[in-house]
Parts: sequence; C-alpha cells; structure tokens
Amino acid sequence: MSPIPKIEFEVGSEVKAGDILFYDKKRPEIKYCAPVSGELVDVRRGEKRSISDVVILADKQMSYRKWQTPDIHTCERSQLVSFMAECGLWPMINERPFDVVPELNSVPVNIFVSTFDTAPLAPDNILVVAGREEAFQKGLNVLAKLTSGKVHLGLDGRGTKPSSAFTDAYNVEKHWFAGPHPAGNVGIHIHHTAPIKGNDKVWTLTVQQVITIGQMFLTGEFHADTIVALTGAELREPKYVRTYQGAYLGDLLKGNIQGEDNRIISGDVLSGHQVSEDGFLGFKADQVTVIKEGNNYELFGWLLPLAPRPSVSGTIPAYGGKDFEFNADTNTHGEKRAFVVSGQYEELLPMDIYPQHLMKAIITGNIEKMEGLGITELTEEDVALCEFACTSKNPLQSILRQGLENLKEQI
Amino acid sequence: MGLIDFLKRIEPDKKKSPLLHTAYDAFFTFAYAPNTVTKAGTHIKDGMDLKRLMVTVVIAMQLCYLFGVYNIGHQHFVAAGEYLGFIEGFHLKLAHGLIKLLPIFVVSHAVGLGIEFYFAAKKGHAVEEGFLVSGALIPLIMPPDIPLWILSLSIAFAVIIGKEAFGGTGMNIWNVALLARVFVFFAYPLTISGDQCWVSGYEKIAEGASVNYGWWHTGFFNSIFEALGLATFDTSTTIVNGFSGATPLALAYEGGWAKVTSVFSENQMIWGAIPGSVGETNKVFILLGALILLLTRVASWRIMAGMVVGLIGTTWILNALGSTPFMTVTWTQHMMMGSFLFAMAFMATDPVTAATTNKGKWIYGILIGFIGMLIRVMNPAYPEGWMLAILFLNTFAPTIDYFVIESNIKKRLSRA
Repeated sequence: MSPIPKIEFEVGSEVKAGDILFYDKKRPEIKYCAPVSGELVDVRRGEKRSISDVVILADKQMSYRKWQTPDIHTCERSQLVSFMAECGLWPMINERPFDVVPELNSVPVNIFVSTFDTAPLAPDNILVVAGREEAFQKGLNVLAKLTSGKVHLGLDGRGTKPSSAFTDAYNVEKHWFAGPHPAGNVGIHIHHTAPIKGNDKVWTLTVQQVITIGQMFLTGEFHADTIVALTGAELREPKYVRTYQGAYLGDLLKGNIQGEDNRIISGDVLSGHQVSEDGFLGFKADQVTVIKEGNNYELFGWLLPLAPRPSVSGTIPAYGGKDFEFNADTNTHGEKRAFVVSGQYEELLPMDIYPQHLMKAIITGNIEKMEGLGITELTEEDVALCEFACTSKNPLQSILRQGLENLKEQI
Repeated sequence: MGLIDFLKRIEPDKKKSPLLHTAYDAFFTFAYAPNTVTKAGTHIKDGMDLKRLMVTVVIAMQLCYLFGVYNIGHQHFVAAGEYLGFIEGFHLKLAHGLIKLLPIFVVSHAVGLGIEFYFAAKKGHAVEEGFLVSGALIPLIMPPDIPLWILSLSIAFAVIIGKEAFGGTGMNIWNVALLARVFVFFAYPLTISGDQCWVSGYEKIAEGASVNYGWWHTGFFNSIFEALGLATFDTSTTIVNGFSGATPLALAYEGGWAKVTSVFSENQMIWGAIPGSVGETNKVFILLGALILLLTRVASWRIMAGMVVGLIGTTWILNALGSTPFMTVTWTQHMMMGSFLFAMAFMATDPVTAATTNKGKWIYGILIGFIGMLIRVMNPAYPEGWMLAILFLNTFAPTIDYFVIESNIKKRLSRA
C-alpha cells in the first residue's frame, strides 16, 4: 500500500523544493518530491529498518527546481502522465477502489473532487482556494485531460455560498450535495453521481492537490504550501496556518496546547492518524486535531452520562439541542461486543449499501459477497461515522481495510 | 478515587480463578465505565454502548413491572371476591404480588446470569449484556404460580441451547425470553395454558378452593400489617362462586366481543385489571414503554409499524369472512386483548433475532402480525399467537434478509 522508498539524496545534502527525494522500489517510475528546499538532516526508520520519515530542515527562502511543463492543449495524454510521474505530482492522485496511487497505465472513467469537507472541525476550502483560484482551474484542466470521462466537482449545498472558484469552474460537471457529514465525502458523491462498477477505476483528489498540480503547470515549480486548520478543544487558540505539506508539528503547535495527556491527530477525529508531538503532518492532512485522552474510569459511565458527550443515540440527551457543546475525549465509552444493533450504520451512511452485512462478509472472507455488497465503493472515511456510533464498538475502518486488501490480492 | 483503588486491589487473578475473574470483571465494568482509549480507527466514540442499550429496554418495562406486581395480587383477590376496588387491600395485593414475582425474578437472573458467567469464563471473554433484557422479560411472561424448578429448567434450556450454543449475545437465532416460555409451553403445558394459570395463590382454580398461603404471607407480611393495624391475609379465603378466571381472549373465542364485554369493561382491559401474563395486561404502560424505545430509537419503528399493519390487515380479512364470533372482533378490540402490544414493543423488536435490513423489518413485522392473528383467531387449542409467530419469524428472519440483500447485490451487478 504505502511505497517502499529508495532515497536519492544522502543525509547532509541540499535539496530544492520539487527535487525528487525518493521513488517507490515497487514502482520506480513513480517519484516523490521534496515539498520544501533545505538540508536533508535525518532519515528516520521504523519497523524492520523501513524508512518512516525523511526530515528536511527547511530554508527560510524557498528555492524551487524548475520544470519544463508540457502544454496541456497540445500534448498527448501519455506525455502528460510521464511528466506528472517524473516531477512528483503523480502521488497526488488517489485511485478507487482501494485508495492507492494509481498505476501509470490506469485510465479513470471519472475524476471526482469534493470541494467541501463535512468532517468534524474540518477546514473550510474557501480559505484553501483563496488567492489560488487560477491554479485550481488549471489543475482541473489537467485532470480533464487524464480521464476518459469527466471531472466531477462536488459542491456544498448546505446554505453558505461556496467560493466562486468552485461555482464558476469550467471543464467540469458540478453536483450539489447537502446534509450532515459524510455529505462532503467524495465517496458519497461518486455513489450518487456515477457509482463505481465492475473493474472501473475512479480518481479522487482534494482541492489542495488540484491546486498543487495547477501551480506546477502555471509556474513549473512544485508548490507544496498548504492551509492547515489547527483544531480541537485542547488548543489554546485554534487557527488556520499557512505551511508546507508534511510540516513539523512541534513548531505548529508550540505553546498552543493546554494540559497534559493529549492526543494529537493528523487529520480529523474520525479517520485521522495519531502522531506524536514531534511528528509531522500527514501527506494529505489539512488539519491537526488535539483532544484529551480519555483514560479515566467513570462511575456508572454507561448508565448516567453526566458530562455531555458526542453521540447520535437517542438515549443520550443532546444538552440544549443541535448546537450543544461537549468535550470529546478518546475514551471508548464501552467495550467491544458482537454485532447486536441493526440499522444503525444505514442511518449514517447515505448510500444504497448494507454496511453490517458487508462487514460480516469481510470477516468471513466471502469475496463474492463483499464485491456484491459494494466494498469497492467504500474507503475508510466513508464508514468512519458508523464506526464512531457503533454500539458494539466494532473497528469498521480496519475491517474494511482488511477486506480491501483481501480483495486486492485476488485481482 | 478511594473506591476504585480498593476495587483494583481485590481483583482476582485471571489465570488462577477464571470464573471469579469473569464475575469480578462483570461487576467492575457495571460500576465503572472502563478507561480504555481508542487505538486505530476513529479517535472518539459515541457514548452509547451495549450496556446502555440493554438498560434502556429494562427501564422501558419498569411500569409493566409495577403494575404487574399489583395485578398479581389484584387477580388473586378478585377470585376470592374480596377487595374488588383498585385501592382496596392495596398493601395486600402488592405483598402477594411481590411474594410471587420476586422469586421468579431472582431465580431467572441467578440461573441465566450464572450460565452466562460460566460460558464467559470458559471462552475467556467479558460477560455480555444480553441477559439483562432476557432476565427482565422472563418474569413478565411467566405465570405467577410457576414452580421455580420448571422456570430454572426453561431458562437453562433457552440460554444454553438457544444462545450459548450459537456463540452468545448477538449470535442467537431465537428470542431467549420467548424460547424459555415456549419450553414451558411444550414441556409443561399445564402450568402455562388454559384459563387457570393467571390467577395465583390457590390450591386449584375451582369454586370453593382455598388459598395457598406460605410463611411470607402469614408469618412475615401479616405480622407487619398487624403491627401497622392494616388488614391481613386470611387463610380461610376461598374462591367465590361463579369465578372462572377466563381471560378476555378465551371469552372472545367463545362468544366474540359481546361475551368479553359482559365480563370486562374496555377501561379495565386498557388499564390492565384483567387476568393475563404479568407484563402484558396494562396497555397504557406498555405503550409508554414502547414510546421510550421509539424516542430513544432503541427499538425499530419499522418492526412495530409492520406488526400493526399486519394485525389490522389480517383482522380486516377475518372480519370480511366473519364466520365465527371471534372473526367479527375489530382490530382495535384485538389490540385491547392479549399480549399483542407487549410482543410488539419488547419481543419482536429484539434486534438480534429480528430481520436486520430495513425492508426486511417491514416484512418481518407484517408477517408476525399476520401469523399471530391467524393463530389467535383460528386455532382452537391456544388462544394467543404472538409467542409462536415471533419464534416462527425469528427462524425466517435470515431468509428475509437474504432476499433483501440478494436484490441489492443484483442491482449492483446489473450496473456493470
């Protein structure tokens, strides 16, 4: 799933933003590039000496490697693909099913970009795209060249007017979606627009990724600057910061965390990854969340929840209605059990899918049924809300991932 | 946290005494929500868990318990022709109800939880909460005079064969409480069928039969009541002439709604001062319980609505045929009699044994309503159908789901 990196530079050498930092040993044609310029100071290793982090001490003044970009109006698709692989843009693309970096010969039937994020405390894409509207449109034009079908844009139909960069975008088909989370998930958009069928591949990108691609074709440089939302109740001052992809969290959060014993998440609370305070922002993360660890016992915590807590259950009063305030911590609020309740997931997943039966098919390893029940239409973020609400505390995201891995092996 | 330190210190060793540790763990997690934190996946979790789900159902049936205790006593004195008013002899009615219901409650939990603890220790996992609801339902559906050994046997059968053999909570095919009842129904039919089983505390149900009081009546409660200057249990009480103990359903079978209302008023049936299973008689309190389950979304409204649709539809068909007096009874009258509402609120909605797809729940509910009504009206041997109808549909719920799921799969394949 994740690449096996082969590093092109030695520790101590200077790199430019956009220099190829490493390539994937499994697929050497796919290159990954440096988001910033500076000195390569450390290569951190994890289990079995696999490379986990490549640390670059960033320059104050970025210097960029210049690329000669092909003209997207005249070049062949294959030229475009090999350029994007060569200059490190290819890993920006996410392919469904399986949520992977696509093969170079893969042709998507459609490309989907969701322009709004409904996850808890997610950043507002109006800010992300502000000032970079031209790059966003350029990125869309590049993508339009890559698909055999269309580029679909999912727009926020919940009331507030989206950025004109989204509403006035051309070369795309626009779709409006309204409703609570997961209405902003690209998986939901695909399901209701042009569901994945058979062996089809569909590509998905975030707004930030489209902008990065667009900037390369506008300037010939790899601009990895991004807007990141620092969120969570344990921050003194939640805010947006402009930084670079893979930024060092120690600097971002310095002096801003209150209290001890917190969990730092790269991403949102539903499908982000836990990171340490001296860790780095994830590859695609546009958000950092800091919440309290919930490692305390609670007297009759299952019977009388005295402190307000997040819940979709009717047994837990939403103190003061829809906008009630609560403090979320990482306590599991109960122990894992077998599936008991039915219909709970269906209410939280606006798709024509039976999640509980799909999970059971995955657990029993029934490949045919998994496919029939639509496993290829889902990734972890789509079932995250179901996992949050699950009365039996079942780990749906990891069950789903196990099913996807299982299915991938069969193909 | 002084208490928690103490509790942690007395924790038994898991290896040396697994059963003890299982019991300890069950009670510890009962007292304290555990301190576990999320690892992979979502970093936050809903405050809802299985314990809370189960306890919500138990809370929803508390009014039925309160009224059931009273009504056991009330029916006892009605048979003797004494204390016919609601308030008259209230303390005696409560005392008699408690004497009958408490042992059933204690025994059903002791046997059921005992078996659950044993299997949990054997399998090395935590005690699951399923029996909290089963254990609370069983006393509400058993006759008050049931011998405790029959009760124990039925619960052991239901929990071991009906649940643990399939893998425990969440895996069972049949509703555990109903399985216990159906065991009594087939193995010891005399204790649970006929008109006579719902009036308790007599040698037998016949004119002039005398009461069967034990130490709790004459020794324990009488001495308290004497000290307080209240009326006491009288051992010379006998069943009054002309008393049959017949339930509304038995009367309806004989002579339709006219015969029912010649004995019981509609008010009486709605408020539950009639002979019947402990929990099923008070329709208002059952509906309040159902309302709790619906508002908290613990029980499926689709199943409940499906059952009502099934009952109404079937009644219309029977009304149109109208060949026996019972067939002319309307659907509102049917709802006032017997255990339809109780079965709808608490039995059919068990999420484990019901259909699990939304479409399947409708089909499941409607079919229960249909089959239950057929058994109630057409079967001369047994005048109530919900237990058998629900168990029957429990058996077919996976089949219903299978067809719903297959149609979803077919739809997906047809896109390709």
